[in-house]
Amino acid sequence: MSRIFKLLPAAFTGAILFLASTAAFAADGTGGGGSRELGLAIGAGLAVGLAALGGGLGQGRSASAALEGIARNPQASGKIFTPMIIALALTESLVLLGFLIANGLSGKIGG
Amino acid sequence: MGPHGTWFDFIPGFKGLEGQLHGPLARTWTWQSLQATHFEITHMAIALLVVLLIAAGAAAYASSVRRLGDEAILPPAKLGTRAIFEGLADMVFGLLEGVMGAKNARKYLPFLGSFFVFILFANLISLIPGFRAPTDTLKTNFGLAVVVFLATHVLGFKEHGVHYLEQFTGHLPLKSPLIILVPLMFVIEVISHFIRPVILSIRLMANMFADHAVVSVFFGLVPLIVPVPLMLLGVFVSFVQALVFTLLSATYISLAVAHEEH
Repeated sequence: MSRIFKLLPAAFTGAILFLASTAAFAADGTGGGGSRELGLAIGAGLAVGLAALGGGLGQGRSASAALEGIARNPQASGKIFTPMIIALALTESLVLLGFLIANGLSGKIGG
Repeated sequence: MGPHGTWFDFIPGFKGLEGQLHGPLARTWTWQSLQATHFEITHMAIALLVVLLIAAGAAAYASSVRRLGDEAILPPAKLGTRAIFEGLADMVFGLLEGVMGAKNARKYLPFLGSFFVFILFANLISLIPGFRAPTDTLKTNFGLAVVVFLATHVLGFKEHGVHYLEQFTGHLPLKSPLIILVPLMFVIEVISHFIRPVILSIRLMANMFADHAVVSVFFGLVPLIVPVPLMLLGVFVSFVQALVFTLLSATYISLAVAHEEH
């Protein structure tokens, strides 16, 4: 867990550098698609990618907590299962909102 | 037959019917993420087939119970139609009991159990080669989710009357200084209620579409033996997604009809 947090600043710096460089390239006007489509494509990819990253971390935490509970008390697995499914579904719904945004953005490319 | 082809393509006149219905029924406008889609009636035909299968199963169940008479209270000895349907109903009832309590579970079992059975069989039929799941398009799923959305609010108003609207404002007493937050809370609650059917339908579509895509890719690579574990995974995914849809609908309904205890 702590390794991930150590990596996060590096990842963000990389993303910002990448975005800055693409913006600089787009300012040249040499790209065929234009900077608007480039931004839309990168935004759509980042939206669903970051949503999946957060959703994966959250779902992993809730599943590990549920599995720990089942390991401590195997007889409670039936009672733990239903709330676990609901928690996983509610976490997933935010990822799907990210997917919705990405879908809307990618629909505007080439439109 | 391409990756999206079904047995229905071989029925003479099916494509012609699709072409005829394209005029009056197809959507031509686009808005935001609602892009132009190709109009098809395959998923409707498969959904109809699923409904007919379930109706036939239910009829077989009813006739077997009637034939057995008083002996029908005993659990069935062999795995047949009766064992399958009783097992499913028992499982759904157990899950609903955990979410909304025995009294409400008994009341809403027919409504939510039909969703479970339909979605489960609609998901499972996609594992037969040459069929597609009706639930892997947003058209079917959004219809189901809108029914859940309407039922939630109709049942809520039925249970609480006009006081149901208090749920959107956080049940604050009038003298509370937090009352200035009510407009904000109302907007947030309304948005969260309207986003629920969207999320419910997209989740089912995305999972079934992904499952079908994985199986078809592996089927294209090696058509023998290799797709079998993935199809077993598909059975698991079908069960879990039907379960998730039912459980979330049950949660929404139980939140709408619950009485606040102060």
